[in-house]
Amino acid sequence: MNQSASIEAARRPELKPMFLLRWEDTQAAYVLLYPEGVVKLNPTAAEILRRCDGQRTVGELTEELRALFSETPERVEQGVQKFLEVSYAKGWIRDRA
Amino acid sequence: MPKDGSGIALDGQGRPLWLVLELTYRCPLKCVWCNNPLDFQRYTSQELSTEEWKDVLRQARTLGSLQLGFSGGEPMLRDDLEELVGYADSLGFYTNLITSGIGLTETRLRALKEAGLKQIQLSLQSADRRLTNELTGARAHDIKLDVAARIKAHGFPMVLNVPVVRQNIDQVERILAMAESIGVDYLEFANIQYYNWALLNRDELLPSRAQIEHAEAVVQAARERLGQSMTIYFVIPDYYEGRPKACMNGWGTIHLTIAPDGAALPCQEVRVIEGLEFPTVREKSLAWIWNDSPLFRKFRGDEWMKEPCRSCSEKEKDFGGCRCQAFLLTGDAANADPACSRSPHHHVITQAIDASHSPERPKRPLIRRLRDAVSTEL
Ligand SMILES: C[S@@+](CC[C@H](N)C(=O)[O-])C[C@H]1O[C@@H](n2cnc3c(N)ncnc32)[C@H](O)[C@@H]1O
Ligand code: SF4
Ligand code: SF4
Repeated sequence: MNQSASIEAARRPELKPMFLLRWEDTQAAYVLLYPEGVVKLNPTAAEILRRCDGQRTVGELTEELRALFSETPERVEQGVQKFLEVSYAKGWIRDRA
Repeated sequence: MPKDGSGIALDGQGRPLWLVLELTYRCPLKCVWCNNPLDFQRYTSQELSTEEWKDVLRQARTLGSLQLGFSGGEPMLRDDLEELVGYADSLGFYTNLITSGIGLTETRLRALKEAGLKQIQLSLQSADRRLTNELTGARAHDIKLDVAARIKAHGFPMVLNVPVVRQNIDQVERILAMAESIGVDYLEFANIQYYNWALLNRDELLPSRAQIEHAEAVVQAARERLGQSMTIYFVIPDYYEGRPKACMNGWGTIHLTIAPDGAALPCQEVRVIEGLEFPTVREKSLAWIWNDSPLFRKFRGDEWMKEPCRSCSEKEKDFGGCRCQAFLLTGDAANADPACSRSPHHHVITQAIDASHSPERPKRPLIRRLRDAVSTEL
């Protein structure tokens, strides 16, 4: 397995306009709402997605996540990489033009 | 409208995540497959008021509803639609409008945007004017195309819903091209489901297996070609799958429909099942209806199942299929959906397919969704 980062640090992901990310009391979680769907996010996923604002780079948001979680920097990076990959693939996020 | 396979990735944990308000059954169109009740006109005098709808919205949010569809009938016929959308948005709903497009003027489109509407689902019936107008019983085609362009111009995410029947299924390729040029985000080919007006017209509407296979192949090729730019759904033609649809993701699990008269229903077709009582929000709280009413408990979970579902390994995936279809075609809503090849009643489906494509079958005119087109009371 190639462990190196596959999503470059300089990219600036942002939530696509039709997606709505917000806290939902009845689920005690962040939810992602979009046409035809609802996804409940676990705390890590929510922290990553909240930072996909088209301002922060992947590098910057990874740094912030490292400060937030107690796991090793490598594991946090892996987690971020994996989640961003999924989010791009699912079409939740895109690169800021 | 919520469909199976629509990508609900959130387990509701017993909450009505998906709320559909059928604001009215009134409609300027007369689609020959309309799934509204045959006696739709009976409900006009009983429609909930604006304040009553707002109360429904408040109660549903408390119960945990997140996705909201305004449907009908034609929701544009309610002149309080903008007010209801605005109110729903302020409560935190993700608001969808499900419309034929008729009545969606520029002024109202702008007002809906301002009210916070998130998404629009527009129905389109074919790629050519003559056929759309024939199937809907009105000069609707050009209006719909104009509305589609304006929906995109206002920046709404857009679902194009195409009800699929024998008459339009061979146009899948052309409809795909139209959707692409409009800039549709989600294209949904909905093999129609045979209740109410659709069931009346089934012999004339049911596509052939060859037609469905061709359409599926075209859709698959388009998916590969288009990638992420347009998501294409192909709602399963359960008559041909030998597999039932996972109807509503299970009875009373995540879906809640409120009919124009305030009846709270596990799905919008359920009043076809005889012998059930349908409580309304005028009489009871939504919490009681959802959690405790005999209606919502009737087919929740799998206690109610009979064989072959009871001991079947698929029951957690398809929940035994659709209760309405089981009732309409086998006489007992607790039977397996006859669309399932393991159902002892599956022959009613295969016979219906054979009969509808038999060269000896006398051709019948299509029955349009019109007041008093059929008699529902004797
Ligand atoms: C009943 S309509 C109400 C909203 C609006 N009048 C419209 O046609 O879009 C809701 C959706 O159901 C679809 N529909 C109607 N009859 C159907 C049937 N028998 N099976 C599947 N979908 C159906 C319509 O195409 C539409 O997208
Ligand atoms: S399916 Fe057709 S007839 Fe039925 S409510 Fe929608 S537009 Fe009207
Ligand atoms: S027997 Fe019942 S549970 Fe099994 S596949 Fe058929 S409908 Fe589903």
